[in-house]
Amino acid sequence: MSFLDYFRGKKTNTNTANVAKERLQIIVAHERGHRKQPDYLPALQQELLAVIRKYVDISDDMVQVEIDRTDTCSVLELNVTLPEK
Amino acid sequence: MARIIVVTSGKGGVGKTTTSASISTGIAKRGHKTVVIDFDVGLRNLDLIMNCERRVVYDFVNVIQGEATLNQALIRDKRVDTLFILPASQTRGKEALTKEGVEKVINELSQTFDYIICDSPAGIEHGAQMALYFADEAIVVTNPEVSSVRDSDRILGILQSKSRRAEKGQDPVKEHLLVTRYNPARVERGEMLSVADVEEILAIPLLGVIPESQVVLNASNQGLPVILETETDAGQAYDDAVARLVGEEREHRFMTAQKKGFISRMFKGG
Repeated sequence: MSFLDYFRGKKTNTNTANVAKERLQIIVAHERGHRKQPDYLPALQQELLAVIRKYVDISDDMVQVEIDRTDTCSVLELNVTLPEK
Repeated sequence: MARIIVVTSGKGGVGKTTTSASISTGIAKRGHKTVVIDFDVGLRNLDLIMNCERRVVYDFVNVIQGEATLNQALIRDKRVDTLFILPASQTRGKEALTKEGVEKVINELSQTFDYIICDSPAGIEHGAQMALYFADEAIVVTNPEVSSVRDSDRILGILQSKSRRAEKGQDPVKEHLLVTRYNPARVERGEMLSVADVEEILAIPLLGVIPESQVVLNASNQGLPVILETETDAGQAYDDAVARLVGEEREHRFMTAQKKGFISRMFKGG
């Protein structure tokens, strides 16, 4: 803060630390979710996408593949969004 | 059995080598026989920070490949006689660190040392993975800044999945958070993540907070581990961290800004 700023007072105090914290919380949670996923998942997602594309025209982000693990079993969760006709 | 502690971070330039030098010096000063190993093959710098760069004859890779014995490669610190440095090779590639080779060296060191500090290279590739593989504990060095925090979280994931303890299903690697280059004044102005923010995101116990300080550069310029600058804030903060590491209770300090007088605020800025 310079000499003149002192008399003007603080005005543009955008709290960038809060922005940083929020962005980090989101990306870290996202990456932690992916960390537990098996290595073959991206390939599986691509192949599923190719199969579905034989019949319906969909974009890459319209197939979500995730694996949820519980104590006794794993659930392969497949979420396909089809475009509106 | 030695306590094997890796100093790691994912991101480069956050203070791993500075921390390795100070933590190992601090532990050794307390009378524990300590060795600090530089895992940064090809880009060694621990020798420079600890002022023994002109005494390097043999290195870690020479020992792994049987070209020298451990005793030939270990450099005894000139200031603390319970402290030894095992320098990295400057001429080989990182692949020279084989898991079997590193294991052999660490096992041999475990026979005679109380503490083995592994100074990790930046990144998450082979060198970094070798540095953390045999660790019982990890000091995760983090700057209060987005890329460093994210990379620290990444390295925590690797500690939890690719360390020897994880692979063998043993108790997990004990994690310690060390926040470095902390500027309390900027935190108070909302310009920098606070220690509480970093703790909340990474969710591991706090070992210490090292304030951003000119002393650190002055110390490394001279090859002096900053912990030996006992009159300075950064030196004392490292000493606190070492005390906590060896089991003492110490309250956290240097986390609030020192109030400046009216005059210095006018002329030097807040």
